[in-house]
Amino acid sequence: MSASLIEARGLTKWYGDRLGCRDVSFDVCEGEVLAIVGESGSGKSTLLSLLSGQLPATSGEVLYRTRDGEVRELSTLSEAERRFLFRTDWGFVHQDAAQGLRMGVSAGGNVGERLMAVGARNYGKIRATAEDWLERVEIDPTRIDEKPTAYSGGMRQRLQIARNLVTAPRLVFMDEPTGGLDVSVQARLLDLVRRLVADMGLAVIVVTHDLAVARLLSHRIMVMRRGRVIEAGLTDRVLDDPREAYTQLLVSSILQP
Amino acid sequence: MNAPTPTPATGYAFAYLDEQTKRMIRRAILKAVAIPGHQVPFASRDMPMPYGWGTGGIQVTAAILGRSDVLKVIDQGADDTTNAVSIRAFFQKTASVAVTTKTAEATVIQTRHRIPEKPLTAGQTLVFQVPIPEPLRFLEPRETETRVMHALADYGLMHVKLYEDVAKHGRIAKTYAYPVEVEGRYMMDPSPIPKFDNPKLHMSPALQLFGAGREKRIYALPPFTAVKSLDFEDHPFERTKFEAPCALCGATDAYLDEVVTDDRGGRMFVCSDTDHCEERRAAGHRGAMLADTAGNEENVR
Amino acid sequence: MTTNEPILAVEGVAKSFVMHLRGGLTLPVVDHVAFTVSAGECVVLGGPSGAGKSSILKMVWGNYGVDAGSIRVRDCDGVVDVATAAPREILALRRSTMGYVSQFLRAVPRVSTLDVVMEPALAQGLDETTARARAAELLARLNVPERLWSLPPATFSGGEQQRVNIARGLISRVDLLLLDEPTASLDAVNRAVVVDLIEAKKAAGVAMLGIFHDADVRDRVASRIVDVTSFSSHEAAA
Repeated sequence: MSASLIEARGLTKWYGDRLGCRDVSFDVCEGEVLAIVGESGSGKSTLLSLLSGQLPATSGEVLYRTRDGEVRELSTLSEAERRFLFRTDWGFVHQDAAQGLRMGVSAGGNVGERLMAVGARNYGKIRATAEDWLERVEIDPTRIDEKPTAYSGGMRQRLQIARNLVTAPRLVFMDEPTGGLDVSVQARLLDLVRRLVADMGLAVIVVTHDLAVARLLSHRIMVMRRGRVIEAGLTDRVLDDPREAYTQLLVSSILQP
Repeated sequence: MNAPTPTPATGYAFAYLDEQTKRMIRRAILKAVAIPGHQVPFASRDMPMPYGWGTGGIQVTAAILGRSDVLKVIDQGADDTTNAVSIRAFFQKTASVAVTTKTAEATVIQTRHRIPEKPLTAGQTLVFQVPIPEPLRFLEPRETETRVMHALADYGLMHVKLYEDVAKHGRIAKTYAYPVEVEGRYMMDPSPIPKFDNPKLHMSPALQLFGAGREKRIYALPPFTAVKSLDFEDHPFERTKFEAPCALCGATDAYLDEVVTDDRGGRMFVCSDTDHCEERRAAGHRGAMLADTAGNEENVR
Repeated sequence: MTTNEPILAVEGVAKSFVMHLRGGLTLPVVDHVAFTVSAGECVVLGGPSGAGKSSILKMVWGNYGVDAGSIRVRDCDGVVDVATAAPREILALRRSTMGYVSQFLRAVPRVSTLDVVMEPALAQGLDETTARARAAELLARLNVPERLWSLPPATFSGGEQQRVNIARGLISRVDLLLLDEPTASLDAVNRAVVVDLIEAKKAAGVAMLGIFHDADVRDRVASRIVDVTSFSSHEAAA
């Protein structure tokens, strides 16, 4: 069993006297997908911001194992180190593609940005890599010079994934990656993510309120309610044999076609 | 220089700005020289002319000018355009300094949009007028964010811009205000000089100072600073080339302006650096237009 | 535990459901469950529906929690108690040691039949060519028409989906196979194929725990029948 890539210990966030999340602990290894589920306001997004170092925790810590094997506490990273992680080792897929993409820049530029940020200076190679990635996310490479504004919602989301994965990150955060997409488009995206996760051995922390997404993508689930983790475990155990009242309510509320 | 020498103004401090203000600007300049390419904020003053007329450059010039300096002012390479004439007159009036149009004779050269063709020498200072000092401004509108990007040398975004150029036009389309990297560290906007002039920034023996009045920033390239124009390995930086030599002096290695000569599509290319052109003609060089009609200069200017 | 240590040893297992949405009503399922399954054996869980056969199978697989007792599965480097194992250990067990053939296929949208079948073999580290060949062989054996292999199984008939699922369940080399009514909606021809496949697994030394409603199939594959009614909780009337 490999050592954890990212580990949260007693993570707590208060916004004044309002609770963001409280005493959250877990770890994720490479190749593992963890789903954080719960209704809006349950603390999922707060947790994601804490884990990715975008928000300081009130108490608790997040440990991350860097590529050189060192385990670092996120709050001790300098802004430069944090940004470096964000453009090399980490990916962040937003629900709203417009937040995760540069809408005024071509698809090729969007995918190439992270490469150029870490020093790629050969236009031909950058473009070839971008084309390759567009193909991997099932976007016609001949559309490389179009801006995301010309893309459909599903394509934008796939472009966002390509932009994030081009530097072969080890950890990807996803915030409702299929939210707002048509069902058929969702399925395609989930299938793509599943395959990429398996091929690249990615660790993924995916926040979703959609239990079907959690079932298809994740190995483990954490159910959050009012800032706390109320139930956690193997994905099919939590969904097939929910223990907590709230989890039972969530599971029983799914429409089954 | 046939304009009459303006009468020195009375009741002003030397070079218009009061001593405290000049000290403040000098401190900013010293800091800028110490950190080549880094933009240093300064308390830019209102000057007796509008923003966009070189108020940043004027304040820098005022702060460094001494009584024994010889000043040259150019606008787009020319000594005789309105902006150049009025700034030169301003310092004649307020500092009584000697002025010149000859690059070689000047100790301080204030410029808008050009670097003189004649190589600068040690001891000379070139003062650039800068409209927008932030090279990342049109890519990232937030000043707080661009500052962090500079602090962390997080410059991938600028290459995204260049990437977009090559993707759209097959080459880097920027022809002026072409961004440079200073000593492998700071990204800098060299002010709107043509990219033709970019190589002159590199390892120049002269001190180069940049003043932005409206934006309240000063930055600098001390003598012999390494300055690299951004590019891609497979789309390297290229200096602008001209199809024809200067119509007046025949120069082939100078930056040329296009001049429309009539309303029937007639046009010609002449040196933008008037001093350079005149000097060459004085030395006997003749361009296509003067080769057969010597002394026909009146038609041109 | 003597020379022939069982692959699966269930001891003192109890399970009940607490229905929070129905005022915390407790539904007892089974209690004191105890049996073993050894290599080369097919143990069939017997008893009427509702007796908890399926729950026992799911507890062994790990998707039902366990209230008490132990479910010890022997894998290559030791014994894992599924009742108390961490999620990661159960996932590792499912990759290396346990296989599950369920009645219903939970198909991933858009993934082709061949890929659905191959996946567990790939997860075990088999190379793609061999995995593809083995998947094709199983699908052919189970009479899934070749023209369907490149299509996702979501729109297949119930019988076709089930055969895809059986192929998926049988492709990897595991020590313990859980069979949840694999022949439920199959015709006689395919039922016979499945019986043959189970016999072959048995001969290869695989330990199997299964539920079969079809008495004919049950009698042909069962080494032993464990009667689940003997594990019923006291409170579970009827």
